[in-house]
Amino acid sequence: MVTRRSWIGWQFVAPFLAVFALVFLAPIAYSIYLSLYRTKLIGGTSFVGLENYAKAFADPQFWSAVGRVSLFLVVQVPIMLFLALLVALAIDSGRLYGASFFRISIFLPYAVPAVVATLMWGFMYGNQFGLIRYFNDWFGVSLPDPLAPNLVLAAIGNITTWEFVGYNMIILYAALRVVDPSLYEAAAIDGAGQFRIIRAIKLPALRGPLLITTMFSIIGTFQLFTEPVVLRTIAPNAILTYFTPNYYAWQLSVGGQQFNYSATVAVVMGLLTMLVAYLVQARAVRKAG
Amino acid sequence: MVSAPTIRPAARRQPRPAAVRIRKTRSWSLTAITTLMLIYTLLPLAWLVISASKTQDGLLSTFGLWFGGDFALIDNIGEVFTYQDGIYLRWLGNTVFYVLIGAGGATLLSALAGYGLAKFAFRGRKAVFAVILGAVAVPPTALAVPTFLLFAKMGITDTVWAVIIPSLMIPFSLYLMWVFSTDAVPDEILESARVDGAGEFRIFFSLAVPLLSPGLVTALLFNVVVTWNNLFLPLIMLKDRHLYPITLGIYTWNQQSQTVGGDVVFNLVITGSLLAIIPLIAAFLLLQRYWQSGLAVGSVKQ
Repeated sequence: MVTRRSWIGWQFVAPFLAVFALVFLAPIAYSIYLSLYRTKLIGGTSFVGLENYAKAFADPQFWSAVGRVSLFLVVQVPIMLFLALLVALAIDSGRLYGASFFRISIFLPYAVPAVVATLMWGFMYGNQFGLIRYFNDWFGVSLPDPLAPNLVLAAIGNITTWEFVGYNMIILYAALRVVDPSLYEAAAIDGAGQFRIIRAIKLPALRGPLLITTMFSIIGTFQLFTEPVVLRTIAPNAILTYFTPNYYAWQLSVGGQQFNYSATVAVVMGLLTMLVAYLVQARAVRKAG
Repeated sequence: MVSAPTIRPAARRQPRPAAVRIRKTRSWSLTAITTLMLIYTLLPLAWLVISASKTQDGLLSTFGLWFGGDFALIDNIGEVFTYQDGIYLRWLGNTVFYVLIGAGGATLLSALAGYGLAKFAFRGRKAVFAVILGAVAVPPTALAVPTFLLFAKMGITDTVWAVIIPSLMIPFSLYLMWVFSTDAVPDEILESARVDGAGEFRIFFSLAVPLLSPGLVTALLFNVVVTWNNLFLPLIMLKDRHLYPITLGIYTWNQQSQTVGGDVVFNLVITGSLLAIIPLIAAFLLLQRYWQSGLAVGSVKQ
């Protein structure tokens, strides 16, 4: 560390902290404040303590939303990360023809806004000019409708997988590129094969980056919003207004004017996200230790 | 506690002596398997390009993965820019504005702060760190509803500030800039500049910023993606459609097409979508050398 003139360090950090206070600390504090009150149609607001929290814990719509994103978390996230890992290893292996073309192409969906990604897949799924209908007509089969209520969560899982496989792949790939090459040489001299090298050198090197990508995926899953909101314009019957917790919080505040309860849902989801992220991290650290 | 890694400057493999170079035979079967992933990735984009060339009727009557009889791409593009008094261009301009000020500002703020945290020992530094690293775990969307409630109280919803101010703070960007500052700016250079009597902000802008440029490009691109792609924040904050960014605009066109009695403009939804993704894809392709080397440094963290 360079200097002890502490006010200079603060000058560099202060602009960020000012914005941080306004768009991070203040909204959280305001939400917690709102969550402790109730607004009546007549008579203004009154302090109700933890009543809104009790309501949330007994709210079947809230829990169905939490259940949906939890199911999504345990199915979609492992599939996506596993695919990202396979592609990263394949590209890093040096055995692909046109490796850099694969790398940049598979990453590209990350640059596509979620609105556009959802519209593309939604139209491809759909019965207006979708592909499913054509395949059914041509091959005389009847594939299930991806936009039916029982399949729509999987349909969204496919969209988010498409959006983020490349992003996760590129992070894992970048980590593989900085593995010390002398490790591979030593392994080759010892006669280790490809799979042995992956298990003994590459996977351990990916432990940290895999944890980071898992964390971002958990956070992203619990905050799922754009895909269901956009898909609802195409499949209004399959997606309910409490499809995900974020959707529910938005609906409560914008659609229902229930600001106090909406703030409560946001606070509970923030806490749940942090708890799950913390538990996963603690488990990963213990395993590594 | 997170600590910055030490990375070789180029962050890529050193050339190795020929004698021990591992022979890599390229594999058709591995290439074929990876091609399946490539097809999955490119299929929707191919669908988008093909569909943008069709008229409204052609979309409904011809197979989605091949061109129809009528090639209407030019007509569609013209209509996208003139429909509803040319509001698409306004939306595009809004997005560019939000991205320039929001993502640009976020990058500047996090570069200053990341450098400040990496290069100065000051009282309270650890506390600042702990709070901000905690914030990395909370994405902007988690805060959208609370921020909306607060901004409504302050009376600034439905203004450009409601979109721009939250976009200015991206904790992950600060994290990246901190890793880079620790890694890419040697203390000795700073010391000798100080001996020459240069001020700290001058040192930052004329000495540190050039050294940080791969990190700055990486952080900027990712901040641009976050800001450009955001739907939740503008959706919750804005009512006036003249303030919409492009994502919210396309969303409302699609909503209108799906509403009974609404003007059906699927061809414009699709062509507008295609036009909206081109700038970002172009930026990633043009700058890939910079952000990929930047990512290699940023990704090695514990």
